[in-house]
Amino acid sequence: MFVNSFNVRTFAANLKEGILKPQRMTLSTLKRTVFTVLFLSVFSFGFAKDAKEGGDDEKFDAKSMIMHHVKDAYGMHIITLNEGKEDEKHITIPLPVILWTDNGLTTFMSSEFHHDYHGHEIVEKNGGKFVNVHEKIYQLNAGETAVKLDEEGHPTNAEMPLDFSITRNVFMMWISVAVLLLIFFTAARRYKKSSDNVPSGIASFVEPLVVFVRDEIAKPMIGEHKYKKYMPYLLTVFFFIWINNIFGLIPILNGANLSGNIAFTMVLAIFTFIITTFSGNKNYWKHIFWMPGVPVPMKIFLAPIEIIGIFTKPISLMIRLFANITAGHIIILALMSLIFIFKSVAVAPVSVAFSLFIGIIEIVVTAIQAYIFTVLSALYFGMATEEAHH
Amino acid sequence: MDLIKPGFGLVFWTIITFLILLFLLRKFAWKPILGAVSEREEGIKEALASAENARKEMENLQADNERILQEARAEREAMLKDAREIREQTIAKAETEAQEKASKIIEKAQAAIESEKKAAMAELKSHVAGLSLDIAEKVVRNELSNKDKQLKLVEDMLGEATLK
Repeated sequence: MFVNSFNVRTFAANLKEGILKPQRMTLSTLKRTVFTVLFLSVFSFGFAKDAKEGGDDEKFDAKSMIMHHVKDAYGMHIITLNEGKEDEKHITIPLPVILWTDNGLTTFMSSEFHHDYHGHEIVEKNGGKFVNVHEKIYQLNAGETAVKLDEEGHPTNAEMPLDFSITRNVFMMWISVAVLLLIFFTAARRYKKSSDNVPSGIASFVEPLVVFVRDEIAKPMIGEHKYKKYMPYLLTVFFFIWINNIFGLIPILNGANLSGNIAFTMVLAIFTFIITTFSGNKNYWKHIFWMPGVPVPMKIFLAPIEIIGIFTKPISLMIRLFANITAGHIIILALMSLIFIFKSVAVAPVSVAFSLFIGIIEIVVTAIQAYIFTVLSALYFGMATEEAHH
Repeated sequence: MDLIKPGFGLVFWTIITFLILLFLLRKFAWKPILGAVSEREEGIKEALASAENARKEMENLQADNERILQEARAEREAMLKDAREIREQTIAKAETEAQEKASKIIEKAQAAIESEKKAAMAELKSHVAGLSLDIAEKVVRNELSNKDKQLKLVEDMLGEATLK
């Protein structure tokens, strides 16, 4: 607790005073940096905000950089050349923006915003004026010519239309689907070709994973007799999450952070919830509403807890995957931000070493989180289909 | 707090994409892969079971062989033993028979000798009697003609009739 508060002050002081000179980098500073990193990874929101408010034009805004990397975006931004100069150039893959407005379907390419996400660039399409404010598209109210932002940066004179845009997360999701289909269709064809069902090529890589999901996840969690029905869902979820976790770690894709997006995890958690609820047998519902084997007052006491439990299970699934993946991204980006916060090349080796370390952990986490999501889904299915044996 | 607000567009596309992915993978990937894997596992299980059966059969066969061999050996021994007994019996029987026959022959011979001896004795007796009578006759005759002669005759006669 002492160490933490000490570092809070040090870190805040560093930020307020400005720059830590390279000459003053001593061992103790290094130690402090380490703690600061840990700290920043947890509380990056608040502190980055301080930096933003107190800074001049040159000030590096860690929070906005991190948030822009972690959140969704309309274009697939690869790199910015000559930043801050006359011939500044963005290399971006433009993606389609699809909106449902009062005037019907409106589509245009994300490149029409010219890499602006502060609401300056106004795109006029289909009788509406659209601006991009922090990667959210707003439609200006009739008669307005420029977007007005309130103190928190939200537009006051614009509405959000229904947004079906192919954002970079959707784009990456489709790429991951293409890769998954390629891998598993090829693997499946390998079996068809071989006369004795012996795996070869990519099938021999895929098979242990599939068998792992079957023997280590589905069978023990659901049971020998009922697991077959749930295999397609479990396998699909496992590989879909895993491959998107991996894609999220590829730096050149600019951290398209699909599995760290709460929309994605929410959809998967809802699927698990729906399947659990619909496969719940008499025994399952009995355990929720009228717990057998306990006295009546206890039954009455347990019922509301169990009913809440139906919903907390998928919610925990949703938050666990989202938070783990997003936290990993934030930590790596925060470590990298240190170089720019301290404006010192001397920090770079530390930052790189630490992000390499975290990066390796993240590689393990990609598989672990996919496994945990699948195991817990299977566990819930198992609980829903368990037969009474009291 | 945008971070924890699910965006509508992404939710929409994720649902559609996931359902399509689930459908496609289920039909064209999981079914063939899991089918092939379980088919192969069944095959392996069957092969193992049949190997086990074959092993058991083999064991049975071996046990049978062993048993048959044992029986054959026992039979041979029994036969040898029988043969030996029969031989001994035969020899013993032959011996006793021979003994019996020999003793019967001896008995017969003895009986014959006895009867011959009796007959000879009887004949001898009758001869002796006849001779005695003859002697007596001659003696009587000589007696009757000349006394000296008669005596001499008797003495001669007696001298002739040496009993052997």
